[in-house]
Formats: sequence, C-alpha cells, structure tokens
Amino acid sequence: MHWDVVIDNFDYFLWGAAKVDGVFPYIHDFGGLAAAIVLAVFGIFGAFWLGLAAGLMRLSNKLWIKAPAVAYIEMIRGMPLLLLIFWFFFLAPVLLGQSVPAFSTTLVCFMIFTGAYIGEIVRAGVVALPAGQMEASRGSGLSKYQAMRYVILPQALRNMIPSFVNQFVSLTKDTSLASVIGVNELTRTGVQVDNREMIASFEIWITIAGLYFLICYVLTSYSRRLEAQLSRYQARDR
Amino acid sequence: MAYDFNWEIMLSGEPAQWMWEGFVTTLQVSSISLVCATFLGIAICVLRMTPIKPLQWFSLVYTEFFRNTPLLVQIFFWYNASHFVMPSALNEWMNELYYWFPGPFSMFGHEFIGEWMLFNVEIITGVIALTVYTSAFIAEEIRAGIFSIPKNQLEASRAVGLSFIQAYRFVILPQALRIVIPPLISQALNLIKNSSLCMVIGVTELMFMASQVESYHGAPFEAFSAALLIYLAISLVVSFCINMYNKHFMIQVRY
Repeated sequence: MHWDVVIDNFDYFLWGAAKVDGVFPYIHDFGGLAAAIVLAVFGIFGAFWLGLAAGLMRLSNKLWIKAPAVAYIEMIRGMPLLLLIFWFFFLAPVLLGQSVPAFSTTLVCFMIFTGAYIGEIVRAGVVALPAGQMEASRGSGLSKYQAMRYVILPQALRNMIPSFVNQFVSLTKDTSLASVIGVNELTRTGVQVDNREMIASFEIWITIAGLYFLICYVLTSYSRRLEAQLSRYQARDR
Repeated sequence: MAYDFNWEIMLSGEPAQWMWEGFVTTLQVSSISLVCATFLGIAICVLRMTPIKPLQWFSLVYTEFFRNTPLLVQIFFWYNASHFVMPSALNEWMNELYYWFPGPFSMFGHEFIGEWMLFNVEIITGVIALTVYTSAFIAEEIRAGIFSIPKNQLEASRAVGLSFIQAYRFVILPQALRIVIPPLISQALNLIKNSSLCMVIGVTELMFMASQVESYHGAPFEAFSAALLIYLAISLVVSFCINMYNKHFMIQVRY
C-alpha cells in the first residue's frame, strides 16, 4: 500500500497549485476540489436563472414562447453532458473569434445543461401547486404576472429546494467531466498524480471518490431532511 | 465565422462507417449493462428488504457510495486501480480477452474494419462501471416503488391468509412495478447517455468515434452534430414509447 503518495499530494487534490498574489482574482491556478466546488456553485447559480426562465416559458400558453423552451429542455435532456462540452468547446472559438479557456467553456456548459433540468423542476413545482391558488389570486384582482410573482412562485420555489439540492449534487458529480477537456479539477488532479506515480492508483482513486462522496452525501442527507420538513407546510388540494 | 461546413463528409466513407460502428458499440455496451444492472439492482434491493442487519448495511453502503461518486471517477477506478487488488489470474484473463475477435469481421450485414472487437478489457471495464453505477440507482428506484405501496396492504393480504411471498407476488409487486417502470426507463436513457463517458478509457462507442472523426477529418461540428442527432433520436424514440406506455397502461392507483 502506498498511502504516503496520497498524503504527499493531498493538498494538490484539495486546491491544486493555487497561488495567492496581488493581481485581480487574487488566487491563480487553483484546481482540485476547490475548482470542482467553484464550478458547481457558479454553475448552479447560472442554471437557476436559466432554468427559471425556461420552466416558466414552458408553462406559457403562447406557442412562440413555449416552443423555444420545449426545444431547449428536450434537446439538452436528450444529450450526454460530455457531448455538450465537446460541442461547445469547438463552437465557442468559432462564434467568438478567439480562444476560450476550458474553465469558462465547461462553466457555461454546466449552466446550459443543468438549466434544462432545473426548468423541468420549476415546471413540475408550479404544476404541483393546487390550481385553486392561481384561480384565487386571479379572482382577487392580481394580474397573471403578479399572481405568479407574489403567490405561486414563493410557494413553488420553497417546495423545489430539495430538488435543487439534488440537482446541485448531480452537478457536483458532473464537474468531473470538465477533466476531459483539461480543466484542472479534482478528477484531473487524480489523473495527473496517478500517471506520475503509477503505483498508487488504488489509493488515489479511493481518495478522490471519498472526497466527492463526502460533499455529495452530506448534501443528499440534508436534502432528505429538508424534504421531510417542507412537506408539512405544503398547500394541498382538498 | 471562418469555418466552412462540410456536411457531405459525414454521409459516406470512413466517417459514416466509424459513426455506425460507434452507434452499434454504444447500443451493445448499454444493453449489456442495462440487463446486468437491472438484475444487480434487484439483488441489492432484496438485500435491503431482508431482516438481516449486515446485509441491509451492505446494501445501504453500496447504494449510497455508488450514487454519490461521479461515474467518471468510478470508470477510472475500475480501469486504472482495480487491477492492483484483483487476483492476477483474473487480470491475465481480462487481458487475454482482447484476442477473442481479432481483425475485421461482419455483423448485422455490415463489414467492421480495423481493430473493432466486441470484448476487450476496455469494454468489460466500461460495462462493469456502468452496471455498478446504474444498479445503485435502480435499487433505489425499486425500493421507492415498493415503499410507496401502503404497509397495510401487506398486512391485509397476510391477514387474508396469503404467505409472505404470495403477498408480494400477487398484491405488492403488481402495483409497485406499475410505479417503478417509468423511472426505470428513464434510468435506461441515462445509462445510454452515461455510456459516452466510457470514451475516456478507450471504448470505441459513439462519442469516441465522433472525436476520432474530428481529429482525422478536421470536422468537429459535423462529427459532434451527427453524434448529437443520434443520441437525440435514441432518447426521443424511447421517451415517445414511455408516453405511449403511460397513456395505455398506467391505471390511476387509488388507496
């Protein structure tokens, strides 16, 4: 057993070759678990707004609003994330006329990809509310936008929180795909150390899996508890 | 846009051949893993249902661990790391597999060229990784389906005089399966999409072939768009079938 290899490289797994200096982002060349978390957090943040827009657009009655959202959601949900990453990796430089760093490419891909799934969550959450909520708020004189903004969404988004946490967990797992086009996050640091040392593969991959497991398991159990708590306060059909 | 599209390249010759081989490999890898994962998932779920505590713990740890680690890491684990702890006879046998189907051969009326082989160590590793990953999800889906049937149904059927197995066979499972099948089909779809990750260890499936077309013929868009169309076609066909199934066979369950 060569656990000393893992111990020697553990800081590299956690934050990569991070350097702190006075130039703007202040931290340069960070990688490892820190990069995976940054990708997941920024990814879910972007995906939330994209998914909210797509989900609400899909609920619209007007075809020209509904059709793009349906096309976006169904198309993204039908393709593997790896394909989206490769596609965008080759598309972005042609569209923008300059090379795009792999980190930004994957971040945008994670937003687009997770946005489609969050769109479905939003749609399901809004549809799951009793129809009486919308009718009552329309009946009391709110416009459709106001009813959505002040009555439906506050309740629906609250009920969606466990699903968002689950989606965040699955995005955290999906950040490992960024390693395929060369982002130096946790999986890639594992590949690098593995290829350099060559005798400690078992220990290295157990460690990497353990690090992912730690984050995802904590979040999964949190989401389960949240679900149990929230289900008590839900508006129901009678 | 300084990029000239050349869509004709995908329709004939080497690229079309490669994409077709990739498509067939994707279907083979995912169908073998789907069958194995379903049986393994049922086994894990049964372990969870037994009254024996250590078996329950094993099943719990299995599902939680494999659901909460990325598939890519698992693939790297099985491919790079597992042979350090496996018996050497097994490793040698896995490496020998490479010689089962040497050279070109024909299948489905199609001539497969080059080094395309059904069983090599990469495909076996990919199948193992996909099987283990998906079986954890399938076990959890089946458990959720069985738990969604109220417990008093089991108690009532036991009181009526059915044995434990009969109660499951004639009362619980027919209802649970109806609930479980749609999520299982979407797991199958996920499995087909996840099989694209096997390209990192060199399984020559659709994504691998698309990137090979990209590097040999310098046509990234054409190659990846073709792959996109194929994946989309697979998922749309399957989800159309799910919708048909739901429309015709889903009976509203009343408690």
